[in-house]
Amino acid sequence: MVQEDKLLDARGLNCPLPILRTKKALGEMNAGQVLKIVATDPGAVKDFEAFSKQTKNPLLDQAEAGGEFVFFIQKA
Amino acid sequence: MDEKKLAIIATKGTLDWGYPPFILASTAAALGYSVEIFFTFYGLQLLKKDLGHLRVSPLGNPAMPMPVPMPTLMMVLPGMEGMATSMMKSKMKAKGVASLEELRELCVEAEVRMIACQMTVDLFEFDTADFIDGIELGGAAAFFEFAGESDITLFT
Repeated sequence: MVQEDKLLDARGLNCPLPILRTKKALGEMNAGQVLKIVATDPGAVKDFEAFSKQTKNPLLDQAEAGGEFVFFIQKA
Repeated sequence: MDEKKLAIIATKGTLDWGYPPFILASTAAALGYSVEIFFTFYGLQLLKKDLGHLRVSPLGNPAMPMPVPMPTLMMVLPGMEGMATSMMKSKMKAKGVASLEELRELCVEAEVRMIACQMTVDLFEFDTADFIDGIELGGAAAFFEFAGESDITLFT
């Protein structure tokens, strides 16, 4: 598993808040650092893939366990 | 690559229809778009500092899910609109949907440009002092200046 530099708890939040909070968190990080996001919105899976693709911040890893979705995004 | 641009026209001022312009604008901004929203007619309600007056009505909205089926005639009864509004608000809160104020604030932070249509501001005698700060006034030509070079334009 990837080691994160910062954790964002987006559980209980619905579209588009997980993405907006992620954008904000990445803005406070340095290039190369990794943000771990935990979300419960099933729509987040497609959204984070799309966010990563469009903002060029690599989605290093993602997983699902017990209704929670975990994403690791590296700041480009 | 040049920055992408999104232009939105917001024409509706109900609690439900206030969401699409602010959701799309804030998300596009997060994706790196430069965004402008042109507020006209009832959409101007979305610019007021206090959004507590926005309502949702079951009247004339047969697609609105109701807890129990209700004849249309019942929808005109006093209190129905208030009930629908508070039901929607509590449902949104329970589902983790952002409030309109929160989404609008995120748009402001992301430097989404907001333009109020001068003609409809005059028509409905809106007081621009009631609007949030940073709102510009303009007309259709002002919208096209930005929309003409946008990648996406939406009418909401």
